[in-house]
Amino acid sequence: MSLDPSPAPAIELVGIDKKFGPVHANKNINLTIAKGSIHGIIGENGAGKSTLMSIIYGFYQADQGQIRINGKPIVIRDSQAAISNGIGMVHQHFMLVENFTVLENVVLGVEGGALLGRDAARARGELERLQKDYGLEVDLDAIVEDLPVGAQQRVEILKALYRGADILILDEPTGVLTPAEADHLFNVLRVLRDQGKTILLITHKLREIMAITDAVSVMRRGEMVATRATAETTVEELAELMVGRRVLLHVEKGEAKPGPVLLSVKNLTVKDGRGVKMVDNVSFDVRAGEIVGIAGVAGNGQSELLEAIAGIRKPSSGKILIDGQPVAELDAARRRELGLAHIPEDRHHMGLVLKFEEYENSILGYHRDQRYGSGAFLDLEAIRKDAEDKIAKYDIRPPNPRLKTANFSGGNQQKIVVAREIERDPKLLIVGQPTRGVDVGAIEFIHRRIIETRDAGKAVLLVSVELDEIRSLSDRILVMFAGKIVGEKTSEAGEQTLGLMMAGIAA
Amino acid sequence: MTTASVPLPNWISYGLIPLLNLLLAFFFSGLVVWWIGESPFEALKFLIQGSLGRGDAIGFTLFYTTSFIFTGLSVAVAFHAGLFNIGSEGQAYVGGLGAALAALALDHYVPWYVTMPFAIAGAAIFGAAWAFIPAWLQAKRGSHIVITTIMFNFIGAALMVYLLVNVFIVPGKMAPETRTFLEGGQLPKLDWLMALFGLKLGPAPFNVSFLIALVMCYLVWLLIWRTKFGYEMRTLGISPSAAIYAGVPYARTVIIAMLISGGLAGMMALNAVNGAAARLQVEFVAGAGFVGIAVSLMGRSHPVGIILAALLFGILYQGGADLSFEMPTITRDMIVVIQGLVILFAGALEYMLRPAVVRIYQQFAKG
Ligand SMILES: Nc1ncnc2c1ncn2[C@@H]1O[C@H](COP(=O)(O)OP(=O)(O)OP(=O)(O)O)[C@@H](O)[C@H]1O
Ligand SMILES: [Mg+2]
Repeated sequence: MSLDPSPAPAIELVGIDKKFGPVHANKNINLTIAKGSIHGIIGENGAGKSTLMSIIYGFYQADQGQIRINGKPIVIRDSQAAISNGIGMVHQHFMLVENFTVLENVVLGVEGGALLGRDAARARGELERLQKDYGLEVDLDAIVEDLPVGAQQRVEILKALYRGADILILDEPTGVLTPAEADHLFNVLRVLRDQGKTILLITHKLREIMAITDAVSVMRRGEMVATRATAETTVEELAELMVGRRVLLHVEKGEAKPGPVLLSVKNLTVKDGRGVKMVDNVSFDVRAGEIVGIAGVAGNGQSELLEAIAGIRKPSSGKILIDGQPVAELDAARRRELGLAHIPEDRHHMGLVLKFEEYENSILGYHRDQRYGSGAFLDLEAIRKDAEDKIAKYDIRPPNPRLKTANFSGGNQQKIVVAREIERDPKLLIVGQPTRGVDVGAIEFIHRRIIETRDAGKAVLLVSVELDEIRSLSDRILVMFAGKIVGEKTSEAGEQTLGLMMAGIAA
Repeated sequence: MTTASVPLPNWISYGLIPLLNLLLAFFFSGLVVWWIGESPFEALKFLIQGSLGRGDAIGFTLFYTTSFIFTGLSVAVAFHAGLFNIGSEGQAYVGGLGAALAALALDHYVPWYVTMPFAIAGAAIFGAAWAFIPAWLQAKRGSHIVITTIMFNFIGAALMVYLLVNVFIVPGKMAPETRTFLEGGQLPKLDWLMALFGLKLGPAPFNVSFLIALVMCYLVWLLIWRTKFGYEMRTLGISPSAAIYAGVPYARTVIIAMLISGGLAGMMALNAVNGAAARLQVEFVAGAGFVGIAVSLMGRSHPVGIILAALLFGILYQGGADLSFEMPTITRDMIVVIQGLVILFAGALEYMLRPAVVRIYQQFAKG
């Protein structure tokens, strides 16, 4: 826990400035990060955190300003230069080759010529040592796309350490992790820090900031507005610094008034590509006017369950009824016509086409709708108008429907999806990880919209690995473990009880 | 990963970089010419003069350009749906059958402009039909479209030879081709258009199908960027998983995109069959389908880019023919090498110069 008193800080940023056309992503940023510390960076969606990290990592070039590493001014022209200066990065969106093995991914780019075979053996030894030292276990021969996200992230960290990183940048590393996985990660980070490594951590979860960082800096609209020693601040103060106003960290909600059943799942079984049962004989109902939450550790079948209901994955047996209609033969588009809306867990693979402009994504899945053009043609005027309305209502930044979706910050991309699905006024809303990567202000907003959707008499099915989110939104909680629903609780159930059920220990 | 996602202004992405690629291709072509002992500057002069120097040269260049626009559009439409249609060659060949049947059936009775819509429809329908089976196999069985369309190029070639030799051949003649269409089955030349610019078309076969090609460019642009189906094609082409999420019907989209692609390839026959030769001949496509792949790649699958790329290849074709005539040491095969270099630099190595350009641009942007 001791801060290295050495005079030269690990990183010093002086007057860093970066514009993307009209968007001023970083404004004259000054920041000092002590060696051997864990330094948190927080800020609203689009505040410029990822951009700043990308500049340190050489992914973008600053328009102005200087970067000093260990007191030495350096120019980081590309990530190669960052790596040779001991800077490693775990991206918000993983940069792994999905159909390569873990080992191949780690040595990719540092293979060292034609000696792949022998090098691979050496790399394996080195990696096994790193894994033992830091508790980063993952099967080196597994194919990356088969791994759960938590494990993929460990691969990213291994990759950075293997390249000799002394400074490790993690951009929203816990967004995709279960609480247990996050704890695991934090232990790894503490060990790293205690061995003298410097860690820069971006997160939207203030609890994590309090739990693990030594100091924290706050960004707002491109500016660095404050830096605090973690021990001397509070969650409330940080939230206010970020958003510029007081934030409700818990949403208010009234009693549920359940109406008729709008979603009925009967004896549903879903198998994955290899024939393993991911969802195992699951049955439940969701009624109009209630939010049913599905709690569970990631990878226990929740994703497959959502996909089966949405029409993305074919169940191997069982029935799904939406508003009383069996939907087995209907694809995702037909189910939308029945009043289904779906916020998918994985916005990059499903919810968005990143190469599209924002307005094009604002109609994904609803593009056949008459309001976006009668007949065969798209009415761009109407679509852009509609996109602008959603941008204003959900405070999506920058407010430009013509910007390529990939160029929005992570949290703003999520808002694009949430706006599209909720604004459709669906009968049944199914939601996976609705606030992943979203800032506290926006979480409050999205939660309120979900509750309003319920109060307007819609049925909501919510899947989240955030137990807090499940508990504060759900009227009923179903706990999923190993593909089965192992119990039902009310939202009053304690964290402890739910945690045990999620681990498959008690029912 | 370093510079690939750095955004560049459009004039650099779509103007400067292709231009640099092209210059590089010409530079290496020049080296090749120099290496066999000829003067690269002389060669370039013949190339330009032979393709743009005279009215008839321009006419030939635009004639080739027309064919390449059709096949380039064909490849581009499929590409937007994520399909690599290597079969434009065969689809154009079979499309010739449709175009010729319309001409043979009507040329005795009606003027050319009455035949034209039937020829267009015939060419498009036959070309589309030839794309249908590979499309269906891809959509329903997952057989890879690259493999099946290549196979269909061979089958199409065999079929056409059979038909020309056994069915359409004019009794008593040796050449495996149909009878010559009367004027009512031909597409007239565009002398008047050339005359507007004070040029004489001479014997060049530049004809009305050029205008049809331009109309098709506009229609393809509309299709891809302005229709709901085009939106679905692009969604599928960029992100198959997002397409499933959005409920884009895979089989239907694949099949329709391929039918349109095949139809556009088939329409290339209007230029060669109804416009130039006035009869259906063996191997009239002569590689235009494959050039379409390069044209689409270079033109970034956008109609405007395709027109420019088709023009470039038109120049290379026509000017190259002239060049090998003027400089006998530069054989037809050498011309193919030069075309290959253009494809290599302008298409396949698109990203080679990009990192350097990004770096220089960033230096400038910093100011
Ligand atoms: N390549 C780009 N082109 C144009 N604008 C960009 C680009 N990259 C980022 N931006 C813009 O810069 C701003 C800062 O984005 P950045 O990704 O740094 O935000 P962030 O703080 O990481 O947000 P989040 O918490 O949502 O991840 C945003 O308005 C974003 O839209
Ligand atoms: Mg970010």
